[in-house]
Amino acid sequence: MKAYDYEIVIGLEVHVELKTKTKIFCGCSNRFGAEPNTNVCPICSGFPGALPVLNQQVVEYAIRAGLALNCEIASYTKFDSKNYFYPDLPNAYQVSQYDRPICSNGYMDIYVDGKPKRIGINRAHIEEDAGKLVHQGSITETAYSLVDLNRCGVPLLEIVSMPDMRQAAEARQYLEKLRSTMLFAGVSDCKMEEGSLRCDANVSVRPWGEQALGTRVEIKNLNSFRSLEKAIEYEARRQMEALDDGEVLVQETRTWDEEKQVTRSMRSKEEAQDYRYFPNPDLPPLVIPREWVESVARSMPELPQQAQLRLMEKYGLSAYDVSILTSSPEYLAFFDRCVAAFAQPKAVANWMMGELNKFLNQSNLQITECRFSPEHLAELLKMIDEGAVSGKMAKDIFAEMFASGKPAAQIVKEKGLAQISDQDTLIAMIEEVLKANPKVVEDYRGGKQKAAGFLVGQIMKATKGQANPTLVNQLIDKCLSAE
Amino acid sequence: MALTIAEVEHVAMLARISLNQSEKEQFALELGLVLNYADRLKSLQTDNIQPLDHILPVSNVFREDVVIGSPDREDMFANAPMAEDGQYRVPKII
Amino acid sequence: MKLNDLSVHELKNLLQSKQTSSEEIIKSCLERIAEVEAEVKAFITLLEDDALKAARNLDKKGEYQGLAGIPYGLKDNFCTSGIKTTCASRMLENYVPFYDATAARRLSEADAILMGKMNMDEFAMGNSTELSAFFPTRNPWDHNRVPGGSSGGSAAAVAAGEILFSLGTDSGSSIRQPASFCGVVGLKPSYGRVSRWGVIGSASSLDQVGVITRDVTDCALVLQAIAGKDPSDSTSVALEVPDYSASLKADIKGLKIAYPREYFQAGIDQHVKACVMEALKTYESLGAIIDEVSLPHSEYALPAFLLIACAEASANMGKYDGVRFGLRDFSADNVVDMYSQSRGLGFGTDVKRRILLGTHALSAGYYEDYYLKALKVRRLLKNDFDKVFENYDVIVAPTAPTVAFELGAQSGDPLTMYMNDILTGSTNMAGLPGMSIPCGFVQEMPVGMHLIGKPFDEPTMLKAAYAFEQATSFHLSRPGRRVR
Repeated sequence: MKAYDYEIVIGLEVHVELKTKTKIFCGCSNRFGAEPNTNVCPICSGFPGALPVLNQQVVEYAIRAGLALNCEIASYTKFDSKNYFYPDLPNAYQVSQYDRPICSNGYMDIYVDGKPKRIGINRAHIEEDAGKLVHQGSITETAYSLVDLNRCGVPLLEIVSMPDMRQAAEARQYLEKLRSTMLFAGVSDCKMEEGSLRCDANVSVRPWGEQALGTRVEIKNLNSFRSLEKAIEYEARRQMEALDDGEVLVQETRTWDEEKQVTRSMRSKEEAQDYRYFPNPDLPPLVIPREWVESVARSMPELPQQAQLRLMEKYGLSAYDVSILTSSPEYLAFFDRCVAAFAQPKAVANWMMGELNKFLNQSNLQITECRFSPEHLAELLKMIDEGAVSGKMAKDIFAEMFASGKPAAQIVKEKGLAQISDQDTLIAMIEEVLKANPKVVEDYRGGKQKAAGFLVGQIMKATKGQANPTLVNQLIDKCLSAE
Repeated sequence: MALTIAEVEHVAMLARISLNQSEKEQFALELGLVLNYADRLKSLQTDNIQPLDHILPVSNVFREDVVIGSPDREDMFANAPMAEDGQYRVPKII
Repeated sequence: MKLNDLSVHELKNLLQSKQTSSEEIIKSCLERIAEVEAEVKAFITLLEDDALKAARNLDKKGEYQGLAGIPYGLKDNFCTSGIKTTCASRMLENYVPFYDATAARRLSEADAILMGKMNMDEFAMGNSTELSAFFPTRNPWDHNRVPGGSSGGSAAAVAAGEILFSLGTDSGSSIRQPASFCGVVGLKPSYGRVSRWGVIGSASSLDQVGVITRDVTDCALVLQAIAGKDPSDSTSVALEVPDYSASLKADIKGLKIAYPREYFQAGIDQHVKACVMEALKTYESLGAIIDEVSLPHSEYALPAFLLIACAEASANMGKYDGVRFGLRDFSADNVVDMYSQSRGLGFGTDVKRRILLGTHALSAGYYEDYYLKALKVRRLLKNDFDKVFENYDVIVAPTAPTVAFELGAQSGDPLTMYMNDILTGSTNMAGLPGMSIPCGFVQEMPVGMHLIGKPFDEPTMLKAAYAFEQATSFHLSRPGRRVR
C-alpha cells in the first residue's frame, strides 16, 4: 500500500502545570527554577508520617480549565493513588484521578484549511507532578543520577483528547489552541521550554475505510510544537512502512529523538505496567456544588474560540490570522487596542504577524516585553495610510520603535524622515531635474515611457528617498504634458 | 491453594521486594492461605452495593493557596543515605 | 503506694497541691524501669535525661495545668523531632525526624513529659510485639506471654508502672488488644477524632491514634489533650471536642447496651466469654438495658479488613525506597535492584507478606474480587452498625478471643495471627470509637471487654466504661498484685 492508502489517527495527552502559588498538597512554593531541593518539605518529599492537604486553588483552576474546554464538571470526584516506583516519585504513588475525573466530555474547535473541526476532550483530571532526575550524560550511559524534588507536587491538569486528529498539522493546531485556551482561562503559563506545558502523542495508522483503530504508539519527549509535528509525521510513516513490510506493530512507548529526528522504543521487554490505582485514603473526596461552577463560569474572560469568531465576523480576518492573533491574551489585547486606535484590522494584523513577530522572535521577547504600546503602532500605521511615510521608511521607523520604544512621530522628527508630499516643493525640484536632463525629456516625449522612471529616481535621490513616490510620478507626468 | 512461584515473583516485582528461594516458597503458601480465606467474600452478593471508599462524611477539605515556605535543606537531607550537591544520589536508572 | 503506681488524675492532684514534684514522679518511674525493663523490654528509646531535665524545669515554674509533669510514652511510630523514630524496623533504625506528630506536640504543649519511644510490631503490623525487628516485649503479668500488639510496648509499660500513660495507634486492634492483654484501658477514638499527622501509618483509612491508661478517668484526660481538628490532616474532623471528663458519670440507668451474638460464637475462649457475660450482668444490675443483637456481615469482616489493610499498607510502604531516608543496600548498581534489595533487607517477614498481599489484591485481574469487594463489604459492615445504633447506645463484646498467649505461640501461621483482629477490625472498618477495659481474669491473666460507641460519641462509651469501672475493681490490680 501507499502512504495515501492509510489514515493516521492521533490523540494527545497534554499536561499543564497550574499556576498556583503553592504546590498541590503543601505550602511549598510552586516557583520554577529554584536551587535543587529548596522548594521541598516532608509532604512533597514523601517523608514518613506526612499527610497531604489539598490546595483549593487547584480545584478552582481545574474547574476553570474544564469550562474553557466545554467539559462537564463532576459534582463528585475523588483522588486515587497510581502506584509505581521511580526515584522522582517519593511516595511510590502519584496522586491522580482514575475513574472520576473532575472534567469530562468536552471539546475544542480548531480550523483545518480554514474550516472548523471539533476535537473531543475525553477527560481532564487533577494530578501531582513528579520530580526531576539529572543524569551524568545520557540516561543509559550515566554512572548515577541525582534527584531534585522541587517539581514534586506541582499541580497538573492532564487533558486527554479523543483520537479525533488525522494529521500532524491538526495535532499542532490542537495543541496551540489548547495552549492559548489555558492562557486565556488564566490557569497556566504554558511554557513548553519550562515544562509547564507537556504533550504526549498517541499515534496509530489504519487502512482507509477501516473502523477499528490500529496499534497505538505513545510518543514522549515532545518539547516543542515543531517536534510534535515532526514526531507524528515520522512515527506515522514508520508504522505504515512496517505494515507494508508485513510487520506486526506492538503497543509501546517511544521517545522522540530531537537530534536524529526519529522515534525510538523506550522499554522493549520491560514488564507491562500495573499501576494498581485505588482511592487515596488520606484525601477526602470533592463535592462540587453547581454554584461553584457557575461562579467560575461567570468570571471566565473571552476565550480564544470566541475571540476568533469575533475577529472573523467583525473584521473578516482569515482563520489563520485569527489563530495567531489569539495565541495569547496579551497578544490579542495588543491587537484590539491597536485596532481601537487605527480602524484597519487587516493592516494591524499584517504588521503584528509580520514585522512585530519577526522582531519579537529575533530578540526572543514576548509581546508583554514590547517597548512600544499598541497606540504607538497605530500611530505609525496612520502615518503610512496618510502618506506621511512610505512603506519602506515605516519599516525603518518600526525597527527604531522596537529598539528604543520611542513613538513613530518622534523618530520621524529626529531623523528627518518625514515624507515630502508638499506639491510646490516637489514641482520646484522636478523643474530643476527636467532642465538638467533635456535628453531624457526628449526621449520621454518621443514615447519612451521608461525615461520617466529615471526622472523619478533622480528626485528620490535628491530627497534621500523622502519624496512621496506616487505623488512625484503624478507631478512629473503633469509637468511634462503641460509643456 | 498456594500461589505459584511465578505469581509470587510477579507481585514481588511490582512491590520491589527481593525474595530468596525459601521466602518465595513460604509466601507462595502463606499468600495462598490468606487469599483462600479472602475468597469467602466471593459468596456474598454485592452487585448493588456501592463501594465505601471514604468512611467519613467529609468532603472538600482545603488549604489556602498561601506559601508557608520550605524547611532547611540540611534538615531535609539529614537522613539521606547518599547525596551530592543538594540532591539525592541514586544508582543508574537503567 | 509508690508514685508510679498512682493514676494520672491522682498525680495531678498531688502536683497541684504541691505534695509532690514532677521530678519525684519521673524518678519513681525510672526506679520502676530499672526494676522491670530488663525483662519487659517496652522501650526502644528511653529518654531518661531529657525527662528529668524537663521535670526540673517544670518544677521550677511550679505550675501544673493539664497533663503537666506526667511521664508518658509514645509508640515508636510517632515522629518526634530530634528523637529516633524507628517503627521497630531495620528500615528506619536510624531515622531521626525534624518534625513532630501533632498528637505528640499537643502532649508536649500540655507539658506532659516524654519518657521514651515504645516497642511495637514492625510498622504496626502484628499483634504480639514479637515482630519488632529489635526485640520482643513481654507481658508484665507473665513474662512468658506476649503483651499483644502492635502497641505492645505502650501497653506493657503502662501496665508495668514504668509510665503513667502512652499513645498508640490502632488500625484493627493495635491499642485495644494489647490493653486487653495487659489489663489496662485502651481507647481507639472515632476515625477523624485525633490527627494522624506525623504518625507513620500502615493503613490510612483504618489507622487512628489512641490512648492507653490505667483507668477510664485518665483515658478521658489524655483523649481531651489530643483530640480535635488538625489543619494538617485532611481526615481529622472539625467537630467540637466534648468535655470527656464531664461525661464520666456512674449513673447509667436506661443506657441501652447491645451485645452482638456473632462476637460470642466459636473461636472465642469460653472463659473469656464468661467474663464478658458476667460484665453484662453487672451492667444490668446498674440499670442498663441489655439485648442480644446481630451484626450479620461479621463473618466477612476480617477478610475484607485484611484486604483493605494490606492494600493501603502496600501503597504506604512504597516510600521506603532507600532514596531519601532509611536503609539502602549500597551494593546494588541500578535503581531497580537498589529498591528491591533495600526493601528485601529492611522489611521483616510480616511486613513483606502484607505488602505482597496488598499488591496482589490491587493488581490487574484481582482488584474487583478482592479490593473492590472489600470496599463493598465495608459498606455492609457500616450499615450493620448503623442499624444497631438506631436502637442502642453502646455495643459490648470481648476485645480479644483469648487472654495473652505465650511467646512464639502464633509464629509461623499468618492466618492465626490475623485472627486477633476478628472482634475489633470491624470498628476500624466503620470508623467507630472502641475501647477495651479490664473485666476479669482467666489463668491469672487480664481479660478485656470491648465497648463500641457511635461515631464521635466517645462520651457515652466513656460513661459506660466508667460506670463499670466504678462498680468493679479489675482496674486496680497490677502485675503481681491482684485486687480481689
